Amino acid sequence: MARFSPYDNNGGTCVAIAGADYCVIAADTRMSTGYSILTRDYSKICKLADKCLLASSGFQADVRALQKVLSSRHLVYQHQHNKQMSCPAMGQLLSNTLYYKRFFPYYAFNVLGGLDSEGKGCVFTYDAVGSYERVGYSSQGSGSTLIMPVLDNQLKSPSPLLLPAKDAVTPLLENEAVDLVKDVFASAAERDIYTGDRVEIVIVNAEGIRREYIELRKD
Amino acid sequence: MTSVEGLLVCEQDSQRTLSPYVTGTSVIGIKYKDGILMTADMGGSYGSTLRYKSVERMKSIGKHSLLGASGEISDFQEILRYLDELIKYDDMWDDGNSFGPKEIHNYLTRIMYNRRNKFDPLWNSLVLGGVKNGQKYLGTVSMIGVHFEDNHVATGFGNHLARPILRDEWKEDLSYEDAVKLLEKCMRVLLYRDRSAINKLQVAKITEEGVTISQPYSLKTFWGFNAFQNPSKGAEGTW
Amino acid sequence: MASIGTGYDLSVTTFSPDGRVFQIEYAAKAVDNSGTVIGIKCKDGIVLGVEKLIASKMMLPGSNRRIHAVDRHSGMAVAGLAADGRQIVARTKSEATNYERTYGEPIPVKELADRVASYVHLCTLYWWLRPFGCGVILGGYDRDGPQLYMIEPSGVSYRYFGAAIGKGRQAAKTEIEKLSLSEMTCRQGVVEVAKIIYGVHDEAKDKAFELEMSWVCDESNRLHQKVPDELLESAKAAAKAALEEMDAD
Repeated sequence: MARFSPYDNNGGTCVAIAGADYCVIAADTRMSTGYSILTRDYSKICKLADKCLLASSGFQADVRALQKVLSSRHLVYQHQHNKQMSCPAMGQLLSNTLYYKRFFPYYAFNVLGGLDSEGKGCVFTYDAVGSYERVGYSSQGSGSTLIMPVLDNQLKSPSPLLLPAKDAVTPLLENEAVDLVKDVFASAAERDIYTGDRVEIVIVNAEGIRREYIELRKD
Repeated sequence: MTSVEGLLVCEQDSQRTLSPYVTGTSVIGIKYKDGILMTADMGGSYGSTLRYKSVERMKSIGKHSLLGASGEISDFQEILRYLDELIKYDDMWDDGNSFGPKEIHNYLTRIMYNRRNKFDPLWNSLVLGGVKNGQKYLGTVSMIGVHFEDNHVATGFGNHLARPILRDEWKEDLSYEDAVKLLEKCMRVLLYRDRSAINKLQVAKITEEGVTISQPYSLKTFWGFNAFQNPSKGAEGTW
Repeated sequence: MASIGTGYDLSVTTFSPDGRVFQIEYAAKAVDNSGTVIGIKCKDGIVLGVEKLIASKMMLPGSNRRIHAVDRHSGMAVAGLAADGRQIVARTKSEATNYERTYGEPIPVKELADRVASYVHLCTLYWWLRPFGCGVILGGYDRDGPQLYMIEPSGVSYRYFGAAIGKGRQAAKTEIEKLSLSEMTCRQGVVEVAKIIYGVHDEAKDKAFELEMSWVCDESNRLHQKVPDELLESAKAAAKAALEEMDAD
């Protein structure tokens, strides 16, 4: 007998890489349920502020609700403060928003990327109930187990135990980071059935926001 | 507490749909040259019993939208009442504005998601199609609020059996005749393989001119295949 | 104003010794000073018309509507305080939808008029409420055909062939009586209502006005709708022509 479950896993993979003066945020555009593909062209990346983007995978309905909450909170922030929210501020807001539903969580795995108030790339990575950390790069979602170790190997982030603390940003050039993102997604799509169809890559730098797409396996 | 599944579990839950009663099976919607076409059969299943044979599962909503539903029929009819009231209150402004398919789809999305948040879902998968200001629109929502737009959508079994066909054969500028043929091809596959599908269906069309929902009709079928006539052939010695 | 200073006109819950409730009569005064509102029942439907006085030349045409849709098949025209009228309109809408939610069919016009009248009357029964400073004309179409009701601030409601409230009501009623309503279509009725409203408007004394009209008839598929622009314009032209003819005589 069919029973009600309030959650579904719609899959998807998100990656973000922070550089000295840029940030790359990427996610595939496949949306699935079980072994079925629902659609091949669903954007998981949401622009929250001029220099702040959120990539989320997990349960699409929760993700959309979360994006709506953050967007409306940002609108109120703009009315009250007459400026765009900074990426670290949005990072804290996202954590609070997730934790607020600690006992009926948003089933959403988020990576927040953008530029901080000094123009440096920043990436925040989350779990579903709001614990978060500022990092130099991160991956979340169904393909994260395939991608994260590759990023660790290629980007070698400085140990958070080092004193004095080092910036978590990666030493790569912008185009090198974009190429790396393309490679890790192509690789994840080989083994993860929830990752595929297309990757949407958003690059944030001093000039503004740029988008690129590459095709992935469709099977 | 009773332990009978699908019946009242406890007092508090007595107002919630824990499992559906009378259900409709797949709905398919596609974009074509002039707008949207949608199809659904007219069966209403009570578990595995074919309880109703003339359920209309596609309805026009306002001036520019068409809604199709699979899942719990009573919940669908409740949704229709919500939408009728919404449209009525909007019409009474009499300001020349009206809801387009995009707005209706978004509204349904919020309703479905809100009810799942209350653990009191509307047990449906909905397909919403429409045309407004020359823009075609086709989207779907599930009972827990998962939603998206696409050039072709299908609910339930349709997602497994019809969409692979649509992915192969769908084109942006399909003529009305070809689009109906394509839908009938999908419905025929569903009729053969989905046990709750019945051979009495409707095709609904929405264009800039408005909605037309066809009279019920049936598809030509062929049951003369060897495997149908003698299902145990080739299975000798297996049991 | 014999009532002033007697103390019997201060509360809606106090009768005067000769059995009147002055507050309700004052409310009726607010209606009597408003622009004229007319409703007629023709053979195929209802026509509502309002002489909407324009408070300021800077106001956009079409603003401060006095005719409202209250259901698919009914409309309401308001004379008196427009804001009070919106309260009645809101209640009428919710009565109409509530009925339909319960019984699955549109509310009969009689039932709607009765419920609205009860609501209006309710506001004359408590010391902490003020009666509505408006009268409304409710027109609708149901299975018994087109019907027209007028509800006054006191809460009484009567069914009419033709009704008029507001400043020019006396003259308007005289004119309506001359019409042969039972043989008239709404298309003709629209012109007649326009003529009457233009006729009772006193250009010298009154402010400028806008003619607002709606109908519920066979031509509008028995739905409450604004009178189509072209018909409204031709009705206005006919009304102006009729006025000039009278002046020429």
